[in-house]
Amino acid sequence: MPLLFLLPAGVLVIAFFIWPVVNTILLSLTNLSTANFGNPDFVGLDNYSTVLSDRWMPRILGNSVFYLVATLAFFNLGLALVIAVSTSFIPQRAADGIRLFWLLPRITSPVVFVLIIQGLLAPGPYGVLSQLTGVSQSWINAYPWTVIVFANGIIGASFGMLIFTASIKSIPDEQFQAAAVDGASQMFLVRRVILPQLRWPILFVTAYQSLALLSSFEYIMLLTNGGPGFYTTEVWSLWAYSEAFQSYSGTARFGLGSAMVAGLVVVALIVSLIILRLFRFNDLVTKPKIEVN
Amino acid sequence: MPGFQRNWYLWMALLLGITFPVALGYLWLIISSLNSEMHGLQPVGLWEIDNWRFLWEPIGPRPMIWTVLANTLIFALGTSALIVTVSAMAAYAISRLNFPGRGFMLGLILILHAFPAVSLLIATFYVLLAIGLFDSLLGVVFVMAAFLMPLGIWLLKGFFDGLSWDMEMAALVDGASRWRIFWHIALPMIRPGLFALGIFTFLVAWGEFIVPYTFIVSSRTWIFSVYLQSLAGDMERADFGLVAAVGVFYTLPAVIIFLLGQRYLLQMYFGGSKG
Repeated sequence: MPLLFLLPAGVLVIAFFIWPVVNTILLSLTNLSTANFGNPDFVGLDNYSTVLSDRWMPRILGNSVFYLVATLAFFNLGLALVIAVSTSFIPQRAADGIRLFWLLPRITSPVVFVLIIQGLLAPGPYGVLSQLTGVSQSWINAYPWTVIVFANGIIGASFGMLIFTASIKSIPDEQFQAAAVDGASQMFLVRRVILPQLRWPILFVTAYQSLALLSSFEYIMLLTNGGPGFYTTEVWSLWAYSEAFQSYSGTARFGLGSAMVAGLVVVALIVSLIILRLFRFNDLVTKPKIEVN
Repeated sequence: MPGFQRNWYLWMALLLGITFPVALGYLWLIISSLNSEMHGLQPVGLWEIDNWRFLWEPIGPRPMIWTVLANTLIFALGTSALIVTVSAMAAYAISRLNFPGRGFMLGLILILHAFPAVSLLIATFYVLLAIGLFDSLLGVVFVMAAFLMPLGIWLLKGFFDGLSWDMEMAALVDGASRWRIFWHIALPMIRPGLFALGIFTFLVAWGEFIVPYTFIVSSRTWIFSVYLQSLAGDMERADFGLVAAVGVFYTLPAVIIFLLGQRYLLQMYFGGSKG
């Protein structure tokens, strides 16, 4: 009986998670490409050594780390905290409206969102920023990293914003009243009452969003596609994707792409397991209600 | 939360300051869609209906917008319906039935929930080829549904856990099957959860770019994001009004559904999403 309920979900999990994970590992050991589709050769760890000895590899690795840390620190945590804290100090209705507005970038298609950014940052006479500053240039080419981190961050911030807001709302009122009686300033409230309560939510958002950022390349692909120039803004996941799907040379190298992804998959699995451990998984498994099947 | 009475306008000013640039972007897109050309924030030539010509004629070799709209609706509704159905069934089993490996299942769902599924795109391409669904709407519906399903199961499990057991117990004693109980008693009671998940996944699929872009080749099956990307990719700068108009046309339904469903959605976003 439980099998019947679980069957459809099971099929999807096997077809689109388990099979692909196994497939990623297997493909990474072959030289599968569009040139030899159907009968690839087993090449052992060749792809891995190709990736590791690539002359651009250190730069791409560095880019990935920079992208993750900068977006996370300034936006997914930083901006999210600023919005969550400051909306708790303004009247309820305005606070709800502003938080709702910050969800808008999340429901906007990446293509439209990038369109807006490209328009705002285009050279004169079209671009808004060019007009406002009087400096006509393609701002995306001039400051590619800043733009990428901003674009991802503005979307990513809403996740932390919601989690932090929920946590702030769950702080008992007495704590604020006690502090108010002592004549505490608002900055004191933020530092001594609010922030300490947010320790776990911050850890959760950090872990969760690190995973998302590790594999997200959509906005980079649409904004700069790794450029301008050689691998200036290329990150690991985009590298793998381009290798397999955007072949400049004409042959898409799935085997090589898979080897690049395999590293990501392993890291992602480990981080997922850590998240599971950290956030007290066993408390989440409540006993089912009665065992009549 | 107490304490907002003091200095609230300072916090408000800070918020408006950081929110303004984002709002400006959306405002600028709307104005652009209505004018033949924009110099910064200044429209050059007002109220250009020509930007909206995509509504009655195809742009270049691309399919008509209404084909694209229909594809997008099939994609988003199909994804949403599949996720809600499959997640509800699995969540009910995990919440209510006792079977060996239940803890393991729940753990797996949580890991998959956190796991960035985009990294599996290359291998998924291979899977789609193998089952013959590459370059089809059905294929991308399955991929999207699978990627979002762990979130759905996790969310609905929470809703089922919160239901009182008494009614189901009474039905069981009366001899109803587990399937009947699921369908006639449990499901109607978690309707808010089903709505939340349905709207949320519809919106995610509506805006989704990378999955359809990777797995759909023929322009007959294009959905909105791919259509718009193709348009933005080879438009002259001067025709930006057209691209902006398509962008507005594409985003508007999502915003309306978002506003109508916000009551359900807000509880949904707490369940976590990616990005």
